Amino acid sequence: MHSILKFNEYLSCDSKKTDLKKTIYMKILVCISNVPDTTSKINFTDGNSKFDTNGVQFVINPNDEFGLTRAMWFKEKQGATVHVATVGGPTTEPTIRKALAIGADEAIRVNAEPLDGFFVAEQLAAVIKDGAYDLVIAGRESIDYNGGMVPGILATLLDMNFVNSCISLEIEGDKATAVREIDGGKEKLTTTLPLVIGGQKGLVSESDLKIPNMRGIMMARQKKLHVVEPVDANSTTEDLTFDKPAPKGSIKMVDADNLDELINLLHNEAKVI
Amino acid sequence: MSVLVYTESENGKLKKNAAEVASYAYEVAQQMNTTATAVAINTEDSASIGDYGISKVLNVTAENLKPFNAKAYAHVLKQAADKEGAKVIILSSSTDAKYLAPILTALLKGGYVPNVVAAPESTSPFKVKRTVFSNKGFAHTELKSDIKIIGVSNNSFGNIENKTTANAEDFSPSLDENIFGTTSVDIDKVVGKATIADADIVVSGGRGLKGPENWGMIEELAEVLGAATACSKPVSDLGWRPHGEHVGQTGKPVATNLYIAIGISGAIQHLAGVSASKVKVVINSDPEAPFFKAADYGVVGDAFEVVPKLIEKLKEFKSQST
Ligand SMILES: Cc1cc2nc3c(=O)[nH]c(=O)nc-3n(C[C@H](O)[C@H](O)[C@H](O)COP(=O)(O)OP(=O)(O)OC[C@H]3O[C@@H](n4cnc5c(N)ncnc54)[C@H](O)[C@@H]3O)c2cc1C
Ligand SMILES: Nc1ncnc2c1ncn2[C@@H]1O[C@H](COP(=O)(O)O)[C@@H](O)[C@H]1O
Repeated sequence: MHSILKFNEYLSCDSKKTDLKKTIYMKILVCISNVPDTTSKINFTDGNSKFDTNGVQFVINPNDEFGLTRAMWFKEKQGATVHVATVGGPTTEPTIRKALAIGADEAIRVNAEPLDGFFVAEQLAAVIKDGAYDLVIAGRESIDYNGGMVPGILATLLDMNFVNSCISLEIEGDKATAVREIDGGKEKLTTTLPLVIGGQKGLVSESDLKIPNMRGIMMARQKKLHVVEPVDANSTTEDLTFDKPAPKGSIKMVDADNLDELINLLHNEAKVI
Repeated sequence: MSVLVYTESENGKLKKNAAEVASYAYEVAQQMNTTATAVAINTEDSASIGDYGISKVLNVTAENLKPFNAKAYAHVLKQAADKEGAKVIILSSSTDAKYLAPILTALLKGGYVPNVVAAPESTSPFKVKRTVFSNKGFAHTELKSDIKIIGVSNNSFGNIENKTTANAEDFSPSLDENIFGTTSVDIDKVVGKATIADADIVVSGGRGLKGPENWGMIEELAEVLGAATACSKPVSDLGWRPHGEHVGQTGKPVATNLYIAIGISGAIQHLAGVSASKVKVVINSDPEAPFFKAADYGVVGDAFEVVPKLIEKLKEFKSQST
């Protein structure tokens, strides 16, 4: 964390902030989780103890894709170096290569199966300590296990500030202004770097999401992909078995000219109105 | 050794989801032969949580805990857990609870399982059922750590009354100013209207409604039903409705009693996010729309004819039943 401290002290004791902004670049780490494409059929195997990856296409977690795009914005508009990190086996490499093709400068893969959120957070915390990042962009949740815990645990382990469900992020020197989604609205927060966010849709607009082009894909081949071994850490939870929701019973159709019947069914049968 | 539950409040009053997490905490306490203690922050009516089996309330009153601050609240809960020797902590699935839960987990070096949909399958070992893959599956998960933190999925356990007296105790955690980390500068929130997170009914519109100017009837239907309004992803991407209304796998999850989908095709990503709702009604002009395969009741018809008629009929129904 050495260089972060230096960066912050430097900014807070110097009045010529604008000059410094040009010379000191933010170091950003985007945490990428490798998840089944949203259209995947979900099945389990090995006596329902494992997710069946057969025929499943893996992608960058959608929440992380928004974060990565925001990181590229910082790189282009304010100057930043952007690294991506994932905790996973060799099969996750196509996904991080894609992040490099979108524009990240370097990638780190922690060579371990992600056991649970706490385990992953411990691994990423070690990466962040080593890399002295000022801003860590993770997603609000992975769409596979929907844990939503990695960014918060990580921030707490490292004693970094943390904003979850983040839908807007601006940074000026070491000061950050973020908007987070709350139930029924939004909240604007101010905080300081070093900072971790759990990002989601809204961080950038949908139309800004980048599809890697040929040039990006070629350049990604030259970029560094560091493979590091995991640090010692335990998991605190374990998925023992899985199952699927019971198949839906058949639908009752109601004629558009007989809406009284719909109201009757909702009131007397379903008892929801 | 009691089970600890965080009962959320808003403007000094317990939130609706407090009853559900309290009911859940009481059930866990029963299974573990102990009692359930609530932590209530700046809450005037916390005693009423005794209706759901809570026999003790730690009341925290502090100016600097208005408004919500995830890190500070996590520290409050940690100190309460230490004081009570609690090994199990129950939280809701609200945005705030999901914000503070991982912080608390790290502070206590515990295990956290969110999206839990039923009472523990056993407490020794501690096993719970939760949704995974955006409601496309369930996992039976064991918590191996000494401290166990459970996030109860909205509307999954229900409110179960067990009238007891909640003994109130003032609790003053020590909070250093520098642990807050973030400062709230503005809260922009709809008032007096049900939100997707806590409504019993959600009325949702899709691209089939053609344009933002046609949302008047969606809002009116929602008003008649006391429902929150929601929309499909393209509708918010097109700017017809605010992003906060986008539901589905990459938007807000919906777990209401009744979900009414109007002019929504029922794409897999949409269904993934709303399928935890108990009863689903689909109104769509295309009888082949995939949503009909995932719904309980369906009406094939033009929304612009069906919805206004439905509003009229519901108004009649409401006036008769009151
Ligand atoms: C990575 C990823 C994530 C996604 N996440 C989400 C998500 O979280 N939530 C989400 O909603 N989508 C999500 N999507 C998008 C999803 O795939 C669909 O494109 C989207 O749900 C379709 O929205 P829609 O049903 O409103 O529109 P359409 O698919 O265009 O359907 C409109 C429907 O309205 C009906 N209709 C037309 N006119 C009328 C009328 N007059 N009366 C009644 N019905 C009428 C049509 O028959 C049709 O069924 C995601 C996609 C991707 C790739
Ligand atoms: N295996 C992983 N490797 C890197 N980042 C991860 C991993 N798992 C989760 N994350 C990050 O943490 C966020 C929340 O994930 P989760 O806690 O798994 O829901 C994701 O959006 C990622 O940014």
